[in-house]
Amino acid sequence: MSYTVAPMRKAFGAFMTVLATGCALLLALPLFSILWTVISRGMSGLSLAVFTELPPPPLMQGGGFGNAILGSLTVLAIAALISVPFGIMAAIFVSEFARGTKFANFVRFGINVLSGVPSIIMGLFAYAVVVLTTGTFSALAGGVALAILMIPIVERTAEEGLKSVPMETRQGAIGVGATNFQTISQIVLPAALPSIATGVTLSLARAAGETAPLLITALFNNFYAQGILQPIATLPVLIYNFAGAPYKNQQDLAWVASLLIVTLILIVSIVARSFARRQHFG
Amino acid sequence: MTVSNTQPNPSSAATSEVVISTEKVNIFYGAFHAVRDVYMDIARNQVTAFIGPSGCGKSTLLRCFNRLNDLIPSARVDGRIMFEGTDLYNKQTDPVEVRRRIGMVFQKPNPFPKSIYDNIAFGARINGFKGNMDELVERSLKRAALWDEVKDKLKQSGLSLSGGQQQRLCIARAIAIQPEVILMDEPCSALDPISTLRVEDLMHELKQQFTIIIVTHNMQQASRVADMTAFFNAEAAEGGGRFGYLVEYDRTQNIFNAPQQKSTQDYVSGRFG
Amino acid sequence: MSSFTNESSSGSNGSLAIARLIDRIFFGLTCAFAVFIAVILLWITAQLFQAAYPAIAQFGLGFITTARWNPVEDIYGALPQIYGTIVSSIIALLLAVPLGVGVAVFLSEDFLPAKIRTPIAFVIELLAAVPSVVYGLWGIFVLVPFIRPFLNVIHQTLGWIPIFSTAPDIRGMVQAGIVLGIMISPIIIAISRDALVSLPPQLRQGSLALGATRWETILKVLLPAALSGIIGAVMLALGRALGETMAAAMLIGNAPRISASVFDPASTIASLIANQFAEASGLQVSSLLYAGLILMLLTLAVNVLAEVIITRFQQIE
Repeated sequence: MSYTVAPMRKAFGAFMTVLATGCALLLALPLFSILWTVISRGMSGLSLAVFTELPPPPLMQGGGFGNAILGSLTVLAIAALISVPFGIMAAIFVSEFARGTKFANFVRFGINVLSGVPSIIMGLFAYAVVVLTTGTFSALAGGVALAILMIPIVERTAEEGLKSVPMETRQGAIGVGATNFQTISQIVLPAALPSIATGVTLSLARAAGETAPLLITALFNNFYAQGILQPIATLPVLIYNFAGAPYKNQQDLAWVASLLIVTLILIVSIVARSFARRQHFG
Repeated sequence: MTVSNTQPNPSSAATSEVVISTEKVNIFYGAFHAVRDVYMDIARNQVTAFIGPSGCGKSTLLRCFNRLNDLIPSARVDGRIMFEGTDLYNKQTDPVEVRRRIGMVFQKPNPFPKSIYDNIAFGARINGFKGNMDELVERSLKRAALWDEVKDKLKQSGLSLSGGQQQRLCIARAIAIQPEVILMDEPCSALDPISTLRVEDLMHELKQQFTIIIVTHNMQQASRVADMTAFFNAEAAEGGGRFGYLVEYDRTQNIFNAPQQKSTQDYVSGRFG
Repeated sequence: MSSFTNESSSGSNGSLAIARLIDRIFFGLTCAFAVFIAVILLWITAQLFQAAYPAIAQFGLGFITTARWNPVEDIYGALPQIYGTIVSSIIALLLAVPLGVGVAVFLSEDFLPAKIRTPIAFVIELLAAVPSVVYGLWGIFVLVPFIRPFLNVIHQTLGWIPIFSTAPDIRGMVQAGIVLGIMISPIIIAISRDALVSLPPQLRQGSLALGATRWETILKVLLPAALSGIIGAVMLALGRALGETMAAAMLIGNAPRISASVFDPASTIASLIANQFAEASGLQVSSLLYAGLILMLLTLAVNVLAEVIITRFQQIE
């Protein structure tokens, strides 16, 4: 038996290193290509008009998607209005009243499974609940669909934030005679606020790019919507529509819209990261 | 009868008047029997110290006095703990009301993640205080001997203070709601010696107006601050585990100079274990 | 001081009662919200079932085995879409698993200095967050023109194999599968890397101390130890690929037929819904919802399995 590394073993190691590096490069190529194309093609079409003007008809030059930006904001606002209270209240129950119980595990299981349900299913659900009831495709239906997508993220981050508040802080409040509600609303929630805010913005960023559920709930609108019970334009649906269009001007606008969404996600991710890093109390 | 119906009568406060008395108190965590058969009377306006080895149940008993053990779902208390003539574990007794009248200072300083001012004001606000808040904050901080150090930075976070200052802030927070009893669970164990001395001096001041019960690992501290001392010990229970019980309860000088029990003698002279 | 005691004692019973009432209401409210979230999945299932019921009553289980989607005669069967969903996901996995795990190993070892690894991990996180419609857009305008010559070469040289037997077009199963694979690879990288990084360092040290080379350690000690975490990652990625709508709808060609060749256009359940839902009516809507229900059950099964595997992996840890 010799105690030198056999040349075969060394060669195998070198081969595997090359293979792994190859994998990394092969995958890096498309991933960076996506970022690069979005930035370069998006920047070249960027102008002030895209924020203010309406989508152009085929073969027309110029135009923008002011209505889709406003529409996306509207739908996201509705989604946040529904998902934030639901997510935070449920997180409070799981973290403050039911910590470590079977029920808490049950809620966590439900949320994990919910977060794996395809987004288009949320769209079908919102269609069945809202569109069939109100009789029209609408911003409200889109908001409901996105809200269900956001709830798991909001609940999870809120629960994590609440759990990171030390037990001693709660005992201090209870020790001066605070009720549970006073302890949670005035001491625990404010302390957990940074991470809850991070969770809400992350979930909004994720929802901002969701297309499939909006395609079958909010539909699209070439003009500004006159209320939340009407079909409404959104950025992701605009990208989808214009990506399939044979007109260059519309395709260019799809890239600009993609750049806006990716930039939004990038900013939110960076802000959320630095927020999480600074998250020591006080 | 609820606790709030029996208002204390300050004029009749005598040094020997009993504030808290326990009768055959047994404390369980699930199936675990943590504390066995405690009978004791705590006197008003005195400092009572609980001493004893780790695991003897002294902190557990202390936390029963303001029903903080309610936070542990498996904890159960048998027997009676009377406060001003009312059973603390009576079904009608509201734990929130109990905690308003029996304050607590914890082992680790636990200021709220709020400003120094709001740390004091929080308890007063939730208890419906309607007087001059600035004055209450100032008065409480002065009595906790912290005012001079923080008067210029009341808006800063309570967490920006040093450990010793944080603990005095927690004491100020406790006295701001005017409890009758203050429970202190090893309040100096996380502090340096100088901060410890300041807190001990503070206890001498505070007992003019409050009844103080302190759990401590430090026998010198008990002999310095306490009027009465209770020694707890832990014993192996049959079937595994250990339970704590009260060995001896007497004036502090008697516990340290002329204990009746051999185990007390061993413990205070450091020949323990 | 006395003012405090007096005021609080006079007002205390009333305000305490209110505080206690608020406390109760608050508890009840949070409990209700938590229960609602826990059972919302059941509600979604029930709603879909109800809305899909006409189609379920009409076609029964034959819906799954019928390959006709005919709005004119109102006869629907989703077999081609089910087939397309599964095959496109398999293509995606074939691409993403080896590459993704390879990259995860690459990033968890010290091939690169930590200074470079952290930004790369961040970019991967970002790519996992890029909306699928952007992947679809990139697929149409960048990927498809780029790979077309390669697909042609494959067809010309290997065309005798059935799966490459038709001439590649600009839309088809393989294009959708590739974009799906690129899309899910960040998930596989991120979770597999976590599984590898969180292994106890003693494992690696023990193996190296026995004289194993770096790659023997990786392949024979580290990867097997992290296997359940990696499988969990793959299952989650599979769930995402099965339910992914946009990349498929934009690239697969939306042809309701089953073809042996991966170069032919096909369709998936999600792309079918995205394409037809807005203009559908009557029994067609119910049928689309029925297809959605099938998709949901399919992904639920995959996700619950992933959940079980990952939980086991965390327990071992």
